[in-house]
Amino acid sequence: MNNPAISVPKENSEKSVWRFFLSELKPRGKWLTPFNIISIPVMIMGVIIIVIRFWKGIGAVTNLTQEVPWGLWIGFDVVTGVAFAGGAYVLTFIVYILRIKKFHSIVRVTILNGFLAYVFYAGALLLDLGRPWNVVNPIIGNSFGTSSVLFLVAWHFLLYMIAELIEFSPAIAEWLGAKRARKILSGMTIAAVIFGITLSCLHQSGLGALYLMAKDKIHPLWYSEFIPVMFLVSSVFAGLSMVIFEGSISSKVFSDQISEKDHHSEKGIIHSLSGICAGAMFAYLFLNLLVFIHGKRWEYLNTPMGYWYLVEMIGFVLVPMLLFYYSYRRMNINLIKVAAAMTMIGIILNRLNVTVIGFRWNAPVHYFPSWMEYVVTLTVIFAEIWIFRWIITRMPVLRESPAWAKEEE
Amino acid sequence: MSIDRRNFFKALGVTGLTLAAGKSLGATSSEPEKTEFRGMLYDSTQCLGCRACEEACATSHGLPLPQDEMKAGVIRKTSEIQRTVVNTYNTSKGEVFVKKQCMHCNQPACTAACLTQAMYKTKEGPVIWRADKCMGCRYCMVSCPFDVPKFEYHSANPKIQKCDLCYDRLQEGKIPACAEACPGALKFGSRRELLDEARKRIIEKPEEYVNMIYGETVAGGTGFMYISPAPFNELGFDTTLQNSSYPALSKGFLFAVPAVFVLLPTLLLGIQQATKSNQNKEEDHE
Repeated sequence: MNNPAISVPKENSEKSVWRFFLSELKPRGKWLTPFNIISIPVMIMGVIIIVIRFWKGIGAVTNLTQEVPWGLWIGFDVVTGVAFAGGAYVLTFIVYILRIKKFHSIVRVTILNGFLAYVFYAGALLLDLGRPWNVVNPIIGNSFGTSSVLFLVAWHFLLYMIAELIEFSPAIAEWLGAKRARKILSGMTIAAVIFGITLSCLHQSGLGALYLMAKDKIHPLWYSEFIPVMFLVSSVFAGLSMVIFEGSISSKVFSDQISEKDHHSEKGIIHSLSGICAGAMFAYLFLNLLVFIHGKRWEYLNTPMGYWYLVEMIGFVLVPMLLFYYSYRRMNINLIKVAAAMTMIGIILNRLNVTVIGFRWNAPVHYFPSWMEYVVTLTVIFAEIWIFRWIITRMPVLRESPAWAKEEE
Repeated sequence: MSIDRRNFFKALGVTGLTLAAGKSLGATSSEPEKTEFRGMLYDSTQCLGCRACEEACATSHGLPLPQDEMKAGVIRKTSEIQRTVVNTYNTSKGEVFVKKQCMHCNQPACTAACLTQAMYKTKEGPVIWRADKCMGCRYCMVSCPFDVPKFEYHSANPKIQKCDLCYDRLQEGKIPACAEACPGALKFGSRRELLDEARKRIIEKPEEYVNMIYGETVAGGTGFMYISPAPFNELGFDTTLQNSSYPALSKGFLFAVPAVFVLLPTLLLGIQQATKSNQNKEEDHE
């Protein structure tokens, strides 16, 4: 599977185009990898559950109640998943706006990750919609609910997916050997980046703003009028932690794709990212402290939810922040990876605390996701990884662009 | 909210002046009434707990007749098959009945939440749900401070169920089914008249009512209003809800969006241009 020979003849007949696509569709490498053995049965089960969901209704597979209408599929798949996809807008800002070339070797894979995250998590949103056939209503314009934060988020998801597709499209053009298309698409990158960063800032915060009207339903330790700001700031280090985490896995799994030069620069990149993470987390922690003290929330601290809050804030924000800082000073790459993993747990905790755990925390009957909700969530994640792997092994994402593409730059 | 209330007081003032000016001006005073919000006043002291409203509601909306028993200590909730319920409470003033359904807020959180305008505040006052627009996202349920919209989880073609103040009947010139069936606790009318009526009842018999109209200010004012002999927190009402409107909570964020949309790209473009010279120098270092 090492650098498949991509040689689409220039004046290709329709037949050879088909042959090219068919050959690219075929799996490469070994079939019975541990990942495949785990993911295939889960995905089959997930598809069955999805069929039941559309046949018998959402209630047949989820534990959602009239009081808690948004559960794991929204709280984890959409809200947490989008936070983890935040690396794309942060890195495009660093590479294309600040022009810090150091990060160039990872920008493509991060954009791909972001794009797939949006496609699949927006897809997960469709599973959660009761009447998905009306999903085009806010888009085609027969009924604009412009006063809705969700209206904004829906549009931004759609537009951002397009922006990320444009940002990634040069890689597709290189895969197909389409020189002219690549030139045109590369020219659109900066516009897509600027547009994409703006959209990201607005919908990362918008996901928090969704919960502003649920003032009486979210535990006061997690509710404040600053939820949008919190979500935006935390998406910076959530996204970058994901980049570190995903990068350290990719560099092992796809090591044959990565050039010698990029392998060497990897440590330097992770090191710099840990510095940014530490800074962003400090800002986030400080904001939280301000809200806490300003809101006079001491009284909630000595309660079960208060301890839970401290676990999140100290165990999964303060500690990883210090770890990031310490390992940044000491150049300890392994410790950075530990900090990134802890940060990701912290983000999952935070998003679930706002959307599921702290939502109706005082209700007599609590919502716990059903096993089927977990399976569908895993199915979404596995499907994304499958597509990710398919693209990585075919398009120049981790590996260098073909020589002709480099010449153009 | 402030605007609505201001307008409301203005209307109140104008009406007062008109009345003071004499009956000759009476004809013009009926003009603004046409666009006034309609609502309902529920007087707990008059309610017998007969649950005729529940039955009338179920019949008129094609829902199953309620079978469950009403008992003190058991709080029945509205559901996807029941748009209104009557509960009984043992309070400091003895047994008190309370009917629950959609409050028909002046500025509803659900309509502000709806991204397709499926949840819709009509100009007559009722908050209605429109099936052809709804995509079933359930954001209205997340936002409603009263937990009113109910979702048919066990249907492949699920609907949102909630009281619509019999909007179809209002269009035909009839009054809501529950008010028609009620022997005397429910009064349908314009919100302004109902508020006056509620105040009048409280003032005339201060020993029979607590001095509060639930719905006058809660969540920015609601179309459904309650007066009761017992304090409202003993009757399953959330008295900690804010008095300003819920959509105002996300207004600040929404207003910031256009500004960000203009300023941020400009800033990014500026930085991107400013770093250009930087790039030319360092290009070879890569």
